[in-house]
Amino acid sequence: MSITLAIAGIVIKDLYRRKDFYVLFVLTALITLLMGSVNLFHDDHIVRYLKEMCLLLIWICSLVIAITTTARQIPMECESRTIFPLLAKPVTRTQVILGKFLGCWLACAVTLLVFYLFFGVAAMSKEHHWPLANYFQAMTLHWIMLGVVVSMALLGSLVFSAASANTTICFVGVAFILLLGRHLDKVAVQVPQPASSALQALFFTIPHLEFFDLRDLVVHDWPPVRWFVCLEAIAYAAAYAAFFLLAACLLFRRKALN
Amino acid sequence: MPGHDEITLDRPKASRRTHMAQYSLLLLLAVCFSLATDLTTWYQNWRGNRAESANLMAVAMGDARRLFANHFFVKADAYFHSGFYPSIYDNLQSYKTPHIAEDSGAMRGRNSGDETTFLGPPRNWIDRFGRQFFPSVHTHLTEGGANGEEKESAVREILPWMKLSSELDPKRVETYSVTAYWLRRMGKPNEAEDFLREGLRENPGNPQLLFDLGRLYSESRNDPIRARNLWEAGLSNLQKATEEQRDQNKFVTEQLLAALAKLEQKANHSNRALSLLERLKAISPNPEAIEQWINDINKELPPHSTPSL
Repeated sequence: MSITLAIAGIVIKDLYRRKDFYVLFVLTALITLLMGSVNLFHDDHIVRYLKEMCLLLIWICSLVIAITTTARQIPMECESRTIFPLLAKPVTRTQVILGKFLGCWLACAVTLLVFYLFFGVAAMSKEHHWPLANYFQAMTLHWIMLGVVVSMALLGSLVFSAASANTTICFVGVAFILLLGRHLDKVAVQVPQPASSALQALFFTIPHLEFFDLRDLVVHDWPPVRWFVCLEAIAYAAAYAAFFLLAACLLFRRKALN
Repeated sequence: MPGHDEITLDRPKASRRTHMAQYSLLLLLAVCFSLATDLTTWYQNWRGNRAESANLMAVAMGDARRLFANHFFVKADAYFHSGFYPSIYDNLQSYKTPHIAEDSGAMRGRNSGDETTFLGPPRNWIDRFGRQFFPSVHTHLTEGGANGEEKESAVREILPWMKLSSELDPKRVETYSVTAYWLRRMGKPNEAEDFLREGLRENPGNPQLLFDLGRLYSESRNDPIRARNLWEAGLSNLQKATEEQRDQNKFVTEQLLAALAKLEQKANHSNRALSLLERLKAISPNPEAIEQWINDINKELPPHSTPSL
């Protein structure tokens, strides 16, 4: 476990050495503050558009950070040949994969913490209350969802030849699931066979990342989701993350590194 | 030292070349400037010039901004429902006309079916489970909103999208009408008037906007004289319009005639009210109700007076 944590620590250090996070955070803050300063019919209490835009930017930035950070981990180690001294130590390939996953996932947690703190302060400055339970649920489920994305990107980094190809495919896949995943079964009943069966199969196979998107509930001040339901969603995500990680471990064991 | 001599001899040649380059640069600059003065005038008069407007969005997006304007108008309606809104994959029968527009009286409702059940029963366990992570209960911001405790002023949340919609498509009259209605309901008649006047600057003499401005003067400012003037101006603009435009504005005509008739009835000008109601009866989709209204006015008239239509 200590080896896995040590590898994870290196990944986290890599994140704060790079400038991706700082640039994205400053950009998000700048756009949010700019939008917050707009005078709309002399009403200072209008806040939901600001919450929606800020959350949208947080989601985009977190996906960019999660996918780009994860996708370059293994290819970078192979290119710079640091994978050989790493594996020469008493470190198994499974530990490398788990360490990389944990590092990227924890780096996402740090990122989300900063982003959501900013979001909370920006929203509170206008609406003067802080629905902590809602924000906590939104952030936690967002982080859990990123766990699935990170494991997916890690598997992709072993399947695809280049990090750029993996990044693009991951972005397209995640965007597809978030935008259309919920509606696939509705589309399936409207198309002829065999497309209908293929869409139904796809609907039940893909990880439904939209479960973890509580933006609408947070923006419109809906009551928090029941905690037991949240736990069920976490278990659902854990199953998918475990599947992708296991596949990554199996692939990495057989992968020729030279 | 032959090499040294060659260098000394080549110096004036190099200097000449540099000067030539500099003169050429100046010449090119002069040519560019002359061409620019000529082309700018031509470009400004060219019909294909997209930079006709000073609005950055108009230049950048062209006609596509109308699509986005409609999208943001619908988004405002989604905010009115606290996010409970059908997607393009759902049954849209009960959301054909945005409810914010229907409630404000700016558009004739074309909705049918139950607005609360467009999702239908859960189709599978993923659908059932997923419904707990997005708004899946029908609410209106004016009726307590998502948590049931919102005040009516919470309807202000629709305003940013309406403003954006109006900036994207200033010719879309409904945006001004609907926004002004909700601003009035929020107790902001000054902002409503400013916004309607902005709409009138973009759409001069538009009967719908004149009707709304009249309504503002009648209901929020208690100024029936100005209201009458505005409504009459709206009616006269409609009479000037082509047959096709009049057909499109039938709903506004009905609203203008009804509002004016009500005003005249209130001012005890029964004859004028009856005349307007006769015109309204001819175009109304519900002539029975207008007939009933006419009968009510006739009953109020003294027995010896004869209404002259």
